[in-house]
Amino acid sequence: MAKLEELQDIVVQTRRDILRMVHNVNSGHPGGSLGCTEFLVALYNEVMELKEGFNMDGEGEDLFFLSNGHISPVFYSVLARKGYFPVEELGTFRLINSRLQGHPTTHEGLPGVRVASGSLGQGMSVGIGAALAKKLNGDDHLVYTLHGDGELQEGQNWEAIMYAAGNKVDNLISTIDRNGQQIDGPTSKVLPMGDLTQKFEAFGWDVVEVAEGNDLEAVIAGLKEAKSRTGKGKPVCIMLDTVMGHGVDFMMHTHAWHGKAPNDEQLATALSQNPETLGDY
Amino acid sequence: MKKYIDQGKNDTRSGYGAAMTELGRSNPNVVALCADLVASLKIQPFIDENPDRFFQIGIAEANMMGIAAGLTIGGKIPFASTFANFATGRVYDQIRQSIAYSGKNVKICASHAGITLGEDGATHQILEDIGLMKMLPGMVVINPCDYNQTKAATLAIADYVGPVYLRFGRPKVANFTPVDQKFEIGKALMLNEGSDVTIVATGHLVWEALKAAETLEQQGVSAEVINIHTIKPLDEEAVLKSVKKTGCIVTCEEHNYLGGLGESISGLLASQHPTPQEFVATKDTFGESGTPEQLMEKYGLNNKAIENAVLRVMKRK
Repeated sequence: MAKLEELQDIVVQTRRDILRMVHNVNSGHPGGSLGCTEFLVALYNEVMELKEGFNMDGEGEDLFFLSNGHISPVFYSVLARKGYFPVEELGTFRLINSRLQGHPTTHEGLPGVRVASGSLGQGMSVGIGAALAKKLNGDDHLVYTLHGDGELQEGQNWEAIMYAAGNKVDNLISTIDRNGQQIDGPTSKVLPMGDLTQKFEAFGWDVVEVAEGNDLEAVIAGLKEAKSRTGKGKPVCIMLDTVMGHGVDFMMHTHAWHGKAPNDEQLATALSQNPETLGDY
Repeated sequence: MKKYIDQGKNDTRSGYGAAMTELGRSNPNVVALCADLVASLKIQPFIDENPDRFFQIGIAEANMMGIAAGLTIGGKIPFASTFANFATGRVYDQIRQSIAYSGKNVKICASHAGITLGEDGATHQILEDIGLMKMLPGMVVINPCDYNQTKAATLAIADYVGPVYLRFGRPKVANFTPVDQKFEIGKALMLNEGSDVTIVATGHLVWEALKAAETLEQQGVSAEVINIHTIKPLDEEAVLKSVKKTGCIVTCEEHNYLGGLGESISGLLASQHPTPQEFVATKDTFGESGTPEQLMEKYGLNNKAIENAVLRVMKRK
């Protein structure tokens, strides 16, 4: 295991990347990105088995699909810091002629991205397809997907959730970022979804709950627990409780920063709470 | 004029099923998906021979398109099939983002297209699917005319890398193209050379166009008949070459005139070689229940409608 401090350094640097990226173009989605930072850093740097370089087919390695594509800043930062493309390229986020589109896409050939996402609710189906291909190919690696909790209001998810359990897609780990927020407000007000853990279990999934989704050790433990439950006839879900905007005090516990960039002053405050570790891009 | 013999009526969807059986044997990367319409899509033999390479998705077409996209990651060639209405309009955004924009090698194979689905009525008779699919950047759109050509097209798209929309139908129709034809995506087929009018047709309307050309010949009209099985990419050269000779054109399709083959050709002609054109297509309407023959008659999609369109367009030269 990489030293926890090393991973924590990546987490803090990723938060700086997210904030600087969205500030630079005065657009993008910092809230969910900051909330999922520990998860994605842990996934790519501690949990997934990855090959050197990028190959679209991803044979012989674990795969990840980001379904809630609007948290592209955290995805791009984690990919760049992992070495999929130069970190300097993070400075092109959302600019014209960039490979770092507002929402992730394969269209510009950015290494690390295997499907476009942004229009919500589609990633789990794609993950299931990739997981089925792995089974056909005799490849025992895993497929990971990430979804927002608000995103589960899209009906296609429930088609996918039903299919994965019904067909024992047990090489799939789908994580729900349960931050309780969406654009128009708390999910409990916009469209209450009830007990998501019970819903996944009722559909036939094995659910691992991670109550501290912004605690790196808890996230790693949850991911490893989920991994240990694969291959047992059930798809595995991680119900990850995170705080939107985590790591920046004025962005936490609100949906206000879902899709809003900080101004110069706010950026300075936010960065001061996340001092540079690995070096800014 | 050149004679075409009906080798025995058959449905184009059975051509799809027969090709899938062959692909099951010849190409280990081909996988099939279906949304609870196996019998209608004629793929039971594929399933019997390749149970591990078939995915029954249930009545969940959006999920089917996503799973198909995912299966390409790992080198599979998914053939996702259902009725045309549920394969396009119902799942447009899934196709747009997860397949077309993502550049995935998925074959969307759509049966029961158009009005000849018949008695089920307008809820199931999509007349907008060609338009929906051709609007997607990078999507190939193919509408073969008979059993043999549908079989050949299905085999051909397995060797093409990229998203394809293959459209075929329910009723048994004349089977008149060669058994072992080579199918070339994007290549129009000259069925009959003529000098007075160009008739281009796609899908079930190709046979109707040939019947119309025969009648027209008896009236002293020399009709050139072209089978355009690939609507996108369009064989522009074939169309331009023909209209430069004949000076007028009739386009024939089992589809709304908005968004279909005729619209693609009118765009080509307007910019390259303005030519009088008549559309044999539905006129921005939904269909209704009835037998395929009754509906083709009522909605102006048969040989008689083509003959009338030819006589109209020739006066406009």
